[in-house]
Amino acid sequence: MSQHRAMLEIHALEKRFGQTEVLKNIDLKVREGELVFVIGPSGSGKSTMLRCCNRLEEPTSGAIMIDGARITDIPRRDLDKMRLKVGMVFQGFHLYPHMTVLKNVMLAQVKALGRSKAEAEARALDMLDQVGLKHKADARPSELSGGQQQRVAIARAVALDPKVMLFDEPTSALDPELVGSVLNVMKDLRQKGMTMLVVSHEMAFAREAADRVVFMDGGYVVEQGPPEEVFGNPKSERLKAFLSRVSGTAAA
Amino acid sequence: MNMFLATFFDINIMMQALPLLLKGAVTTLKLCAVVIICGLFGGLMLALRALSPRGWLRWGSVIYIDLFRAIPPLVLLIFVYSGLPFAGLELAPFSAVVIAFFMNNSAYFAEVFRAGINAVPKGQTEAARATGLSPTQTMIHVVLPPAIRNVLPDLLSNTVEVVKLTSLASVVSLSELLYSANMARSVTYNASPLVLAALLYLAVLWPLVRIISRYQRGLAVK
Repeated sequence: MSQHRAMLEIHALEKRFGQTEVLKNIDLKVREGELVFVIGPSGSGKSTMLRCCNRLEEPTSGAIMIDGARITDIPRRDLDKMRLKVGMVFQGFHLYPHMTVLKNVMLAQVKALGRSKAEAEARALDMLDQVGLKHKADARPSELSGGQQQRVAIARAVALDPKVMLFDEPTSALDPELVGSVLNVMKDLRQKGMTMLVVSHEMAFAREAADRVVFMDGGYVVEQGPPEEVFGNPKSERLKAFLSRVSGTAAA
Repeated sequence: MNMFLATFFDINIMMQALPLLLKGAVTTLKLCAVVIICGLFGGLMLALRALSPRGWLRWGSVIYIDLFRAIPPLVLLIFVYSGLPFAGLELAPFSAVVIAFFMNNSAYFAEVFRAGINAVPKGQTEAARATGLSPTQTMIHVVLPPAIRNVLPDLLSNTVEVVKLTSLASVVSLSELLYSANMARSVTYNASPLVLAALLYLAVLWPLVRIISRYQRGLAVK
């Protein structure tokens, strides 16, 4: 995929919370249609980096480009428009509990994107069909399992036709037997050519589906490469230590 | 026993007083409607300001809310009605009552709304903002509906308080329900009109109180 242009570029990204420097100097490139997986110990800044990419978190310095456009210096009033291009899925799903599943997927299409209700509904139903939940369109989020809620959350984000999808530990809050259904939806998205940046602990999934794996530790990108290489032939001591610590799961 | 009934439950006197009391009740209801509607709207606006990131807006609202929750409403009412004329501002009883109770009530409603909004998880706002909804759209479509549902019993309780509060208006000679009943008492020299007034308050408020406690039980079961 290396012939494709960069869809998401992070240059010298730095983020400080008060005295704590969470991101020290991050450089990362995600090409069009690429699925990049970010692993690393907790507290290594993975989620913060992701949240800088749609400016839910304000970077302290550095630059981020989405589809060639610099998003780090656009004014606050243009943030909403920028965020339409960057979909995000959270660990905690965050569906709106007072709306049906269908309305959840329609809301931003109508209010932020300006689609007509009919158009938004058709798109929402199509998206729900793609994640296998069309039959739940009229259900409330509380009636769904965690895995189903997360698939609706993915549908809600993808319905806006983003250029990039960010996944912040999308399966960490799920019971093990529900993880597979969410990962399948993500695999499906990749097949359709979506550019994806995923923070997750699902090493087996990373091996199987990622184009590239990025290892972060202490606010830096320490090592990156194809999954076979990162998992099979780690170079840095920190990555070796990390992999042996999580080897109880699927990384070994 | 007969003496007791004749003093407090004289049906003839009650029937005589009824038209006057009903007129008073209409004034009470008008007062409640204005104070509650303005209070709800003002309270919501104050709560939004109190939660806004901009410093001076936030502090202004927080100070307002604290101040008017701490000042007794009767003090406020007498100040507005009898104190402001010294500054050349003379108000009709109805306006004075509306202004005083609006200040008191908007502060209370604001506190209720603020609690409701704070109880909505932060993730809801983040998810909404991440889909490109503006702060205002997020507030209207995502945060407020569950926030209001969370505090519905408190909003209703506050509404009951407003109805009871309006009886204070009798001290500035506004002929609402209590004032009318007290008039009837002094004319008939019998306490039955006061009992009738209490019964009328009860007739309006009891159902509301029942709904609230049922709703709160329902929430507790959930």
